[in-house]
Amino acid sequence: MSTTVAPEPSVALADGDAIVEVADVSLSFGGVTSLAGVSLGQRRGEILAVIGPNGAGKTSLFNCLTGVYTPQAGSIVFHDAKGHDTQVIGRKAHVVNRLGIARTFQTSRLFNALTAFENVKIGVESRQHTGPVGAMLRLPRTRREERESDARSSALLDFVGLHARANEVASSLPYGDRRRLEIARALGTVPELLLLDEPAAGTNPSEKVDLAALIRRVNADMGVSVLLIEHDMRLVMSLAHRIIVLNFGRVIAAGSPEEIQRNPAVIEAYLGSTGGEGETSGGAADAGGRPDAGGDTRGEEP
Amino acid sequence: MSAAPAGRLELVRSLKTNTDARRLFACLVGGLVLALMTGPSGSASAPTSGFTGSILNPRVFGFLGFGAAIWLLMTVRHRFGDRIRAASDRVQASPRRLLPDRRLRYGIYAVVLAIAIVYPMHLSGFWQEVLVDQVGVYVLLAVGLNVVVGYAGLLDLGYIAFYAIGAYSAAYWTGALPIHPFVHLNPFWAIPFAILAATIAGVILGAPTLRLRGDYLAIVTLGFGEIIQIVATNLTGVTGGAQGVIGIPHFSIHLFGIRYAWGINNLPYYYLLLGFVVVVLVLFRSLENSRVGRFWTAIREDEVAAEASGINVLKYKVMAFAIGASTSGFAGMLTASKIAFVEPGDFTVQLSILILVLVIFGGMGSLPGAVVGAAVLQWAPWYLREHPILGFQQQDIYIYLGALLVVMMIFRPEGMIPSRRRRREIGLAEHGVGHADALSGTGPGPVA
Repeated sequence: MSTTVAPEPSVALADGDAIVEVADVSLSFGGVTSLAGVSLGQRRGEILAVIGPNGAGKTSLFNCLTGVYTPQAGSIVFHDAKGHDTQVIGRKAHVVNRLGIARTFQTSRLFNALTAFENVKIGVESRQHTGPVGAMLRLPRTRREERESDARSSALLDFVGLHARANEVASSLPYGDRRRLEIARALGTVPELLLLDEPAAGTNPSEKVDLAALIRRVNADMGVSVLLIEHDMRLVMSLAHRIIVLNFGRVIAAGSPEEIQRNPAVIEAYLGSTGGEGETSGGAADAGGRPDAGGDTRGEEP
Repeated sequence: MSAAPAGRLELVRSLKTNTDARRLFACLVGGLVLALMTGPSGSASAPTSGFTGSILNPRVFGFLGFGAAIWLLMTVRHRFGDRIRAASDRVQASPRRLLPDRRLRYGIYAVVLAIAIVYPMHLSGFWQEVLVDQVGVYVLLAVGLNVVVGYAGLLDLGYIAFYAIGAYSAAYWTGALPIHPFVHLNPFWAIPFAILAATIAGVILGAPTLRLRGDYLAIVTLGFGEIIQIVATNLTGVTGGAQGVIGIPHFSIHLFGIRYAWGINNLPYYYLLLGFVVVVLVLFRSLENSRVGRFWTAIREDEVAAEASGINVLKYKVMAFAIGASTSGFAGMLTASKIAFVEPGDFTVQLSILILVLVIFGGMGSLPGAVVGAAVLQWAPWYLREHPILGFQQQDIYIYLGALLVVMMIFRPEGMIPSRRRRREIGLAEHGVGHADALSGTGPGPVA
C-alpha cells in the first residue's frame, strides 16, 4: 500500500538518509493559520527537537505527522527501514502508526482504568493478529501471541523502569511514571520514529534527568529516531542532535544546539531579547496543559 | 406547656439533629408511600378502599420492613462504608490475591451452576416458563448487548432488530415463512444461518454508522430497529405481515439413533438454553480477557490514544457490534423455535431499551453483571406480581423498576456487579478524570 513519491527537496536536510521529510505543509482552521509552508527533514537515528513559542504550530505539526490532522497542502513522506516511501497525509492515525510512527501526547493519554502492564500490552498487541474467533476459542496461535505479548510488555516496562508498578492502575501513577508508561506503550508498536510531545512537561527535575536518559536509550539502544517537542531548553540542548525552531507556523531556524543558541532570530522570537544561553523558558512549567494550536501566548515579550 | 407537646418537641428535635433517626423516619415514610401506591386502587363507589386496602392490611408491614432494611443498609454504608471500601481495596491490591480469588470464583460459578440446574426441577410449570421465556432468553440478550455497550461503549438502541432477524431467519430456514428455502432445516441446523444473518446485518449497519459517535449512533440504531419492525409488518409476502408466522418447528434430534424432540414442555428448553448460555459466557469471557477485549476497553476510554497505538478503531467497533448482533440473532432464533410463532409486534423499541436497562442494572462490561441484572430484573416483576402478600399490580411494575433504576444510578452507578475496569472508570470520573459513561461520546476534542 505504499505510494512512492518523488522526494521533495527539503530545506533542512541535504543528504538522502531521511526517515521523514515534510515539505511545504500548510494547515489552517478556518481563518487561523497553524502551519504556513513548513518544510523539514529528519535523519534516521537522529534526535530532532522542535521548539518554538506556544502557538507556533508544534503540536499541529505532530498531528499532521500522525494522521490526526490532514493539512491542506504539502507532503509528508515517511521512508521506512525496508526502503518504502509512503505519503503520510491522508492516512488514518492507526495506519500511520503501522507505518512505524508512534507518538505520545502533550497531556498524557493513557488508558486510565487499565494497569500499566495492560497499557503496554495494547501497544504491543496492535501488531498481532488474533481475531475474535481465535480469542473466543483460545486457539494455539492466540495463546502463543498472548505469551509473546506478556514477555515483550514486561521487557518494555523493564526498559522504561516501571517493572515494579506493572500491576498498578495507570491513573494512580505519578506524573513522571505516566510519561514513561506512554513511551513504553508507543514503543510497543515497534516504531522507527517516535514523536514525543513535551515529555518533560510537569515532571520534577530528577524525573527530567531520568527521562532524558530514557530518551537517549530509546534512541541509542533501540535505534529509534526521536522527534521531540519540548519547552525545557536545558533538556533540549542536552538531548537533541539538531533543533528546528518554529514561529507563527514557519520554520525560522534549523541547526545544531550551538547554532540555535546563537541564532539572533531565535533569540528574538523565543528566548527573549536578553538571550541567556541554556536558559529555561519561563513558560515551560505551565505549558503542559495548554493546547498549542490556540495561539494564545507567544513566549515572553522583552 | 404540657408534657405531651414537650415529648413531641423532643422527637422533632431528635429528627432534626440525629441523621440516623431522620433517615429511619424517611425510609419508613417511603415504605408507607410505596405500600399505598402499590395497593389496590380506589373507585368512585368506595373512594377510600384504596387507602384502607393498602394501609390496613398485613402487607404494610412488608413495606415498612423493606424501608427499615434500606435504612439499615444506608446506615451501615454511612458508618462503615469507608472501612469496608478500604478493606476491599486492600484485598484487591494485595499481590497474593490471585490464587484464592480464582479458586473462590470458580467455586461460586460451580455453586451457581448447580443451583441453576437443580432448582428449576422443583418449580411449577408456570415458573419454568418464566425461566425460559422471560429470564433465559433475556440473559442471552443482555450478555450480547453487554459486548456492544459494556465492552466497546457503543449505545445501540436497535438491538432488538437483530433478534427479529434471527427469529425470521429461523422461520425461513425451517420453512415457516411464505417464501421457502431450497431445503428445510431442523432448527439446530438453522442456528448458524440465523447467527450469520444477524452478524451480516450487524456489519452492514455497523460499518457506515459506527463512524458516528454517541448520540448519532443511538439515533441511527433506533431508526434501524423501527425499520426492521415496519418491514416485518408490511412485507406480507415474505414475512407473513402483521399476523406473524406460525408453525416454526421445535428443536429435535434424530442423530445416531437418538431421537428427542423439545415439545411444549419448558424444562427441556430451559436446559438447552442454559447450555447455550454457559457456552456463550465461556466464549465471551475469553474474548474479554484477550487482545480484542483490551482493545475495546482502550477504544471506550480514549479513541484518539487507541488509534495512535495502532488500533483500527472502526474495525473493532464493527466487530463488537456484529458480535452483539449475532448473540441477539441467536436469542431470536431460539425464541422463535420455542414459542413456534413470530410476529412483528414482538420487536418493539421498548424491548431494546429494556435489554439496555438489564445491562446497565447488572453492571456494564461485566458478564456476571449482565447475567444477574437480566435474571433479577426479569424475575422480579413476576415474583412481585405473584407474591401472595406484596401482590403488585402488573401494569405498575415498570414504574417501580424505573424508580429502582433511578435509585441505583444515584447510589451505585456502576451496577450490581461491575467489572473492575468499569468501577475504576466511574471512580476516575468522580475525580474529574475522563467520563464514566463511554456512551456520552464526547468525541476526540482537541488533540493536545
